[in-house]
Amino acid sequence: MSGEAATKVRVTGLKRSFFVPLIGCPGCQHPILARTIGEVLEEMEMDGKAIVVTGIGCAAGIATLNLDTVLGSHGGAPDTATGIKRLRPECMVVTMQGDGDCIAIGAGSFIGAMTRGENITIVMSNNTNYGTTGGQLAPTTLIGQKTATSPDGRNPLKEGYPVHVAELAATFRGVAFSARGALNTAANYQRTKKYIRTAFEKQIEGAGLSFVEVLSACPPNWHMTPVECLDWIAAKMIPEFPLGEFKNGKRS
Amino acid sequence: MTERMLVKGNEAVGWGAVNAGVDAFFGYPITPQNEVIEWFARELPQRGKVFVQTQSENGAIMMVYGGAAAGFRVMTSTAGPGWSLMQEGMSHLAAADIPCVIVITQRGGPGQGSIRHAQMDYNNVTRGGGAGGYKTIVLAPNSVQEIHDFMQLAFHLADKYANPVIVLSDGILGLILEAVELKPIQFEPLPEKTWAVKGRDRHPEKMARRFVHCSPASGKFREGFYHYGAWLEHMDKRIRQMAEAEIRYQTYQADEADLIIVAFGYVSRVCTEAVNRARAEGLKVGLLRPITLWPLASAAIREQAEMGRKILVVEDNLGQMVDDVRCAVEGKTEVHFLGMLSRHLPTDGGMILPGRVMEEIRRIL
Repeated sequence: MSGEAATKVRVTGLKRSFFVPLIGCPGCQHPILARTIGEVLEEMEMDGKAIVVTGIGCAAGIATLNLDTVLGSHGGAPDTATGIKRLRPECMVVTMQGDGDCIAIGAGSFIGAMTRGENITIVMSNNTNYGTTGGQLAPTTLIGQKTATSPDGRNPLKEGYPVHVAELAATFRGVAFSARGALNTAANYQRTKKYIRTAFEKQIEGAGLSFVEVLSACPPNWHMTPVECLDWIAAKMIPEFPLGEFKNGKRS
Repeated sequence: MTERMLVKGNEAVGWGAVNAGVDAFFGYPITPQNEVIEWFARELPQRGKVFVQTQSENGAIMMVYGGAAAGFRVMTSTAGPGWSLMQEGMSHLAAADIPCVIVITQRGGPGQGSIRHAQMDYNNVTRGGGAGGYKTIVLAPNSVQEIHDFMQLAFHLADKYANPVIVLSDGILGLILEAVELKPIQFEPLPEKTWAVKGRDRHPEKMARRFVHCSPASGKFREGFYHYGAWLEHMDKRIRQMAEAEIRYQTYQADEADLIIVAFGYVSRVCTEAVNRARAEGLKVGLLRPITLWPLASAAIREQAEMGRKILVVEDNLGQMVDDVRCAVEGKTEVHFLGMLSRHLPTDGGMILPGRVMEEIRRIL
């Protein structure tokens, strides 16, 4: 997160859930995702009932919507969301986490929530690296991708393979909905928005845990311009992480 | 006539919590506190309250964080290695001004250690074991009745200071049966939890969000930037308030004494018996029993030293509270120590017994 980029922005189109100080590097897609969550909540008239739990990292740091928010621990957001939802079942409880937060340090918390079929929504940004700390290897880093801690590129014999979180979530009986979207084109943005809406609808129905993974650009750590990032998502990320719904039903 | 019931220490946790109006329990099984989690699993749902068995102690403490941030009275319970796992969460709870109660039924350590009683978590609970430096009030009961009563006091103090409170039990207190009066205690009124998250619509202003861990009250954000200094002042002020107002201790046979024993928890019961035996032999021995381990009754201990009395610290560990007692007396008297190497058996079932304390009393006097 670059401090110089901090600006106060009131985004057109959001009536009530406007951004408070917005922090993000140029070309970062986390704020777009945050805004999308705000848009969907407003369209559903649920923003006044929403409670956001953040993880730790850029994907959490952009939890700058004007919604009730709890700053969680690194990886523990699904637990904290569980504590809230069990006591305030009328609220829409959503976690905003990064890939490292959700499936590396927070894997136990994430899997525990899916096992119990908690009625919460988990939104996970996947930008294939630890953005906040300077671009280190993440569980989602692509084979051959260079990061600050895999300087020769990810070698599967040493660092293993990228993890497919949306597919994993779909295997849990407690999960009602699991999908993966991207924000690199207008069409993908619209589909991602629809996934987020479906996820929230599942929560209102009490159908089980709903999960949305969103492929997200990280220009400074990918060492690319914002536009190059969009091309890289299409050419490299989507072939590894296919978009679409992996489960759409209810806990069973 | 007051109604009394035979209750196990670990189950008194539950009765006390219910009398305090507990809303939820989040926990993970670990010996020797399993009766606690089993009691809540059985009793809370039938009272319309929330019980969740978590995937780990990390999970338990972070669920406590969520439930308490939503404005409810919530708690967890653990021991030994589980308490180690909760340190990250404890640091977050203290940093975020979150009131909650944590019960620790101490067992022997370090590592897997033993599943039997010990008092080896004194340092950890009084120092703030997680990152960054924080303080939590620690209540150390020495009877089943006190476990029940201190649960209620703990919830009250947690809400009063918006800070976690620890009730420090142990494998002996947790498993003994004693007659208990299960009575709700009345406390002074508490401030409203205006900071709790419940969805913007439920706040009086409607358009202003609550941000737990970064609230305006914490001073963390001022004029749009991260004001670390203001936050430190905020935390320091609370630590000083608790340290000034919440010291609790008891004395026994301490009016005229040559030697004062300092002991807490189950060991203070052992030492009460030792004091009785010593007095029967004409030895002038008294007891000072800290009830809050933090804040510790350092001034009262120093007073004993200033009156020329010798001090014997007895604790079921390798020497933890004795360091704080030495600090408190500032070299004004001699401080002796009797610890778990003086247990009556080398197995983990060994205890420091009154006879062994008597030997030490005779040696000193």
